[in-house]
Amino acid sequence: MLFLRTWILGIKSLFLHPMRSALTVLGIFIGVASVIWLLAIGEGISQEAQKQIEGLGADNIMVRSRKPLNPPDAGSNSFILSYGLLREDYDMLVATLPNIRSAIPIREMQREVRYGDTNIEARVVGCTPEYAEVTRLEIERGHFITDAEVKLQENVCVLAAGVVEDLFPYEDPIGRSIYLQEHEDYYKIVGIVQDRNPTAAIGGSMDAQDFGSDVYVPITTIRKRIGDTIVVRRSGSREGQTIQLDQITLRVKGIENVQRTAELVEQVLEKNHGKVQDVAVVVPLELLEQARRTRIMFMVFMGLIAAISLIVGGIGIMNIMLATVTERTREIGIRRALGARRNDIIRQFLVETIVLSVMGGATGILGGYLCQPIIRLARSGLQWYKPEMIQSLPEVVRDVDPIIVPISIPLAFGISVVIGVMFGLYPAYRAAQMDPIEALRHE
Amino acid sequence: MSAAARLEDLHKNYVLKSETVRALRGVSFEVPEGDYVAIMGPSGSGKSTLLNLLGCLDRPSEGRLFLGDDDISQMNDNQLSYTRASRIGFVFQSYNLIQQLTVVENIEVPLYYQGTLSKEDRARCAEWADLVGLGDRLGHRPAQLSGGQQQRVAIARSLVNDPYFILADEPTGNLDTATTTEILRLFENLNDMGKTIIMVTHEDEVSVHAKRVIRLRDGLVQSDVLNGDDRVKLNTSGGPIDLFAKAEKSTAP
Repeated sequence: MLFLRTWILGIKSLFLHPMRSALTVLGIFIGVASVIWLLAIGEGISQEAQKQIEGLGADNIMVRSRKPLNPPDAGSNSFILSYGLLREDYDMLVATLPNIRSAIPIREMQREVRYGDTNIEARVVGCTPEYAEVTRLEIERGHFITDAEVKLQENVCVLAAGVVEDLFPYEDPIGRSIYLQEHEDYYKIVGIVQDRNPTAAIGGSMDAQDFGSDVYVPITTIRKRIGDTIVVRRSGSREGQTIQLDQITLRVKGIENVQRTAELVEQVLEKNHGKVQDVAVVVPLELLEQARRTRIMFMVFMGLIAAISLIVGGIGIMNIMLATVTERTREIGIRRALGARRNDIIRQFLVETIVLSVMGGATGILGGYLCQPIIRLARSGLQWYKPEMIQSLPEVVRDVDPIIVPISIPLAFGISVVIGVMFGLYPAYRAAQMDPIEALRHE
Repeated sequence: MSAAARLEDLHKNYVLKSETVRALRGVSFEVPEGDYVAIMGPSGSGKSTLLNLLGCLDRPSEGRLFLGDDDISQMNDNQLSYTRASRIGFVFQSYNLIQQLTVVENIEVPLYYQGTLSKEDRARCAEWADLVGLGDRLGHRPAQLSGGQQQRVAIARSLVNDPYFILADEPTGNLDTATTTEILRLFENLNDMGKTIIMVTHEDEVSVHAKRVIRLRDGLVQSDVLNGDDRVKLNTSGGPIDLFAKAEKSTAP
């Protein structure tokens, strides 16, 4: 009963100055809403990044060929540069590594592909049947490359959605053949894969993978029909390079073995590639963990900014309460004369700050929940009025979809209440320390 | 019958910078239950200091002050607060009602700070409001009431905790003559009901309504006389003061 009265009295007192109270609540509202907004946007961005990395496969290890900076035979007359992963490496890895579920040798090259009168630039990927599973390719129609096709080195191919769109706008590609001009060779289409989101670019060691323009061919067929050496004609002279494999993707049994296996892979490869740095080991799991660390830093940073705005709101509360205490000196004197203890006065003013901050916190949470709809609305509004401006924005800003972090709701609310108490304590203490005689005399 | 208030050689000193102001320099008197005392004196005589001590808003520097059987000179701040809430009824010159509370809520405040506020208490508060003639204005705010009505609310508030005495500080100072008469009549009625009243005033027209007048000068009791009685009870300095003639004059219309 008395407890309830204290709260009702607090609310009544705040309604003595509705405008002032509303502005104070606004300060906390902005603080709480910005905590939720910033964390939601941060979460949206980092989940997007994480999804891209996860697209690479957390239980995979990728070994990539890369052009050495200073080739060992640079001074010689040889015009053909030979580097990168060898089939020997592949055999060795398969033979020595435990905990390997599968190992996929991959060969990639840019080639012109023709059907009818249409020519397009495509990425020809030589691979094995496991490739589809490892890179999470979904077959739309037909089938992916089979073991038998790999064994028999058949001239078959599977097309990515982008290639189908460009080469076969009106026809069914299954059963037809595409033509590789440079090698004067036909490949029969046996399957189509669904559209797939590109993976993340990984700092220098690997390009962002856009699976849209891929043509998948059995790796054995590439070796037989195209070979390892690629010659490029350049201003009268000829330059070439010999690469046996562009990449070996290893699938590890169990995520906990990824780190150890990656170390083993580096040891095994040292034999053939120790001196020349022409291979790189990429571990998506490491990237994932790195992304997680970045995310935490990001969250802390965002949280810090939001915390600053909450503190500003808290200072607003303190400011208002100090003014209120001075203004209500007389009332404090009356209450003290009528028997209020110092603690009663502290409680009275603390209740008022808590009411203010709780109201700010509650409305702030509502404001926080509006984050997604408001951002979507703003984006579509901008799209409508100024589409060219949307285009000029960085992709992260254009595509981010905020995700409300569940913990941010109680967190923001809790912080707002704590701030209310913290910043309300001093004015309340000041009120309680007043001499009742002086306070009664106050005009 | 124990006294409502008993003062024994009360001193109060204030330290202002390097100087010590001796506001009370040994005041002793007793207020029996049912008495109606007016405390008078020029400014600087120590009336306000005495009022603060009687109201438990301050502690004496020396001497003892008993309210009933409680020695308030030994109490700490919380105990003083509790005594104010439970045993003293304040009535101020400027009414001192709390603006955001209604009439009945203002009357309840001392009970609220005693930590007890039952349904019966609220009913009793309404009865007190009725007694002072504001039974039909329980839900009004102070701003909606006249000065006299506000002072009636304050009087009802001073009665609600069944105090040792009502401590009135210039209760009619802000009121016109007609309202002053009404309020003083209310005090008289309450005194007839057995309530003890201690009133600080500087107006003779007000003090004549009291049964007894105590005059202070320079921190000491100058005179302590019964109204309507020319016998000087206590006179520490100066000669006897003829209050009777004055009282006669002021009661004439």
